[in-house]
Amino acid sequence: MLSRTAANLYWIGRYMERAEFTTRLIHATLRLSSLSYGAHATTAAWESALAVVGRGPPPGEVPASGATAFNVCRTLALDSDNPNSVRECLAKARNNARSARNAITAELWEAINLAWLDVRDRTSPGGVQTTLSMVQSLKANSRGFEGALVQMLRHESFWFMRLGSAIERGDNTARLLDVKYYLLLPDTEKVGGALDRDQWTAILETVSARNAYRLLYHEGLKPWLVADMLLFRRELPRSVIGASSEVVDLLAAIGGRTGRQGEADRQARLRHSRLSETNIDEVFSNGLHEFLKDYLAENGKVDAAISKQFRFP
Amino acid sequence: MAMSGSFDELWGMNGGAVRPEFEAVGDWLDQTPVVELARRQSAAEAAFRSLGITFKVYGDEQAGERIIPFDIIPRVFSATEWDRLSQGLEQRVRAINLFIADVYGPRHILNDKVVPSEIVLSNPQFCIPAAGAKPPHDIYAHICGIDIVRTGPEDFFVLEDNARTPSGVSYMLENREAMLRLCPELFARFAVQPIDTYPDLLRSTLFSVAPRGAHDPVCVLLTPGHYNSAFYEHSFLADSMGIELVEGHDLEVVDDLVWMRTIEGLVRVDVIYRRIDDAFLDPLVFNPESGLGVPGLMAAYRAGNVTIVNAPGTGIADDKAIYSFMPEIVKYYMGEEAKLPNVETWRCREPEALAYTLANLDKVVVKLVDGSGGYGMLVGPTASKKEIGAFRAALIAEPHRYIAQPTLALSTVPTLTDAGIAPRHVDFRPFVLSGAEDVTIVPGGLTRVALDHGSLVVNSSQGGGTKDSLIIAPPPREEEQHALPYRR
Repeated sequence: MLSRTAANLYWIGRYMERAEFTTRLIHATLRLSSLSYGAHATTAAWESALAVVGRGPPPGEVPASGATAFNVCRTLALDSDNPNSVRECLAKARNNARSARNAITAELWEAINLAWLDVRDRTSPGGVQTTLSMVQSLKANSRGFEGALVQMLRHESFWFMRLGSAIERGDNTARLLDVKYYLLLPDTEKVGGALDRDQWTAILETVSARNAYRLLYHEGLKPWLVADMLLFRRELPRSVIGASSEVVDLLAAIGGRTGRQGEADRQARLRHSRLSETNIDEVFSNGLHEFLKDYLAENGKVDAAISKQFRFP
Repeated sequence: MAMSGSFDELWGMNGGAVRPEFEAVGDWLDQTPVVELARRQSAAEAAFRSLGITFKVYGDEQAGERIIPFDIIPRVFSATEWDRLSQGLEQRVRAINLFIADVYGPRHILNDKVVPSEIVLSNPQFCIPAAGAKPPHDIYAHICGIDIVRTGPEDFFVLEDNARTPSGVSYMLENREAMLRLCPELFARFAVQPIDTYPDLLRSTLFSVAPRGAHDPVCVLLTPGHYNSAFYEHSFLADSMGIELVEGHDLEVVDDLVWMRTIEGLVRVDVIYRRIDDAFLDPLVFNPESGLGVPGLMAAYRAGNVTIVNAPGTGIADDKAIYSFMPEIVKYYMGEEAKLPNVETWRCREPEALAYTLANLDKVVVKLVDGSGGYGMLVGPTASKKEIGAFRAALIAEPHRYIAQPTLALSTVPTLTDAGIAPRHVDFRPFVLSGAEDVTIVPGGLTRVALDHGSLVVNSSQGGGTKDSLIIAPPPREEEQHALPYRR
């Protein structure tokens, strides 16, 4: 397989995953903001959504006021100035798909094209009801993509797309946890109060694990258990360890096909074994933020090693 | 029903009855209601749109991507007609390859003064960096699209030779797929020769011309990328041949060898079916601004380490000034008269020809020698006074850039129009493949049709459409009877 084609496929995976995650983030934040009491809490909810996708203020600075549902939804979903808006992600995924048209199935191409056509002509998220119906439609498009993807032959094309989405998924979950854990504990609210509960529910919804939490933990919502689930529960496909394990497996599958392994395989395995030997108590005693920061940096290194190993242009 | 003065391929001359060999086709056309034909036609066009078989019109960026209109009524050739045509095509393409090899090599034809030296050597299409290079197996124009026009039952003429990177073959194949789906009864009634072998034939042609010594050669299709208007065709052909579709930056040249970058490392490339023009092939030799090509590719080609299909410099054979010498060129190399004649051509570089052309501007067709796609062309009988005036000035200023031809009464074929079925003018582009061993022609081609009443311009950029072209299989011989059930 051409290196360029492999890169196209990898980035289809990354952008489609990013688009889906951002869609889920909007959905969960809509719920959170409608439950939030008072203008301050509502604004805080939308500010944190911006921070998750890297559109917030630099660390230590106070966010500029004016984060409203409308503004933030437009930024996250449709803004062409935001390189990571759903619309921009889908445009880039589609461009990559056009370039690698021969490596994907007609059904997958149709799914990506359909997702793009759905956002192409939207300019405004509209009111809350309109935004909600847009989000439903975007989520359905993501499921269409996933559905077409799993029908594909298990060979390099499939594996590179999955690899892109696994790398992206680990990154997104870690960002979500990092932002929410530190930004959303206002001093004035008692920890364990109503606001906390809503916020943790929003996190779980973003990673589609609201009910899964009840299945895995027989306690009410506890921040450290939510963190444990998002970091260390392999059952959850969007957990950090789940994504890390998938990266190892996918690289092994590609290596089995090409007959060679390299630096990316080594780094991915190393990272995975380190994660497997850690637990949530250790993470908390050393600082969750430090842990997540290291993890994000490491994920970036695995990504760079993949680019290098497969000679992405 | 035929258009006055034109030969209709179904209805014959001057509104006569259906030509005897095509009675069955005439019956089919009579029996199928016009509304049904219209329904099928729009179904076919909807399918083309969703497949993305579109093209861009240059200079009209607002128009975006369009599909080429498709006409549901096929054009039919009898086995005898096709036999004559294909013999003429093979002879012409063999001569074209010998001619190109000669002008980039020993130049016998110039020394013998059959073709004037200056018309070749000072031609913008003459590719200086290709001079002296010998491609593997001495073949230059592996894929030729020869444009054929017809004026009567026996009168076929070559209008143009396309020896650079002829396009349109995906329309030929997709038109047939649409016809098989929408008019299956036609194929049940007639033994139509299949054309879906084209990708396989092209593939064997590409593999056969690999540099000698390449075991299990690697072929790739080089595309300018997915923003190119013909990208659909590029990806379609690469896909159906099972070869990689590469862009310039996927390739690199090291020590005069061409490599492609894959996830397993560098893989040696032996044959490049390129769909980019000479000028973009190698920034070290041609346009230094171009990012579409591969630096060092020409050196690899000159070293004989890679086959470029078609070879750099084949444009010299499809130049319109050279075209006018084709009958002499065929005779010079093949030792026999051209089986397919040229359209009579006045080279305006010659004073008498220029004088004749200027005196008859309202009757002739004037073309730029290096124009294509119907641009830079004057059709005298339908042109306005203003257009004729502009061409007169241009001709006097630069006569060597123009040729003139009589306005031919092109043959017509019944076509579905807003006013029902009516004759429309057509031309025909069969695709001729030259491999190391033989010349093959898939039994079919692209028929282009001028959809406007009386129009002679068939180019898609100027409102032309396409039709499927059916070649009826020759009747099976007695001893082949047992094979009948397997024929189509």
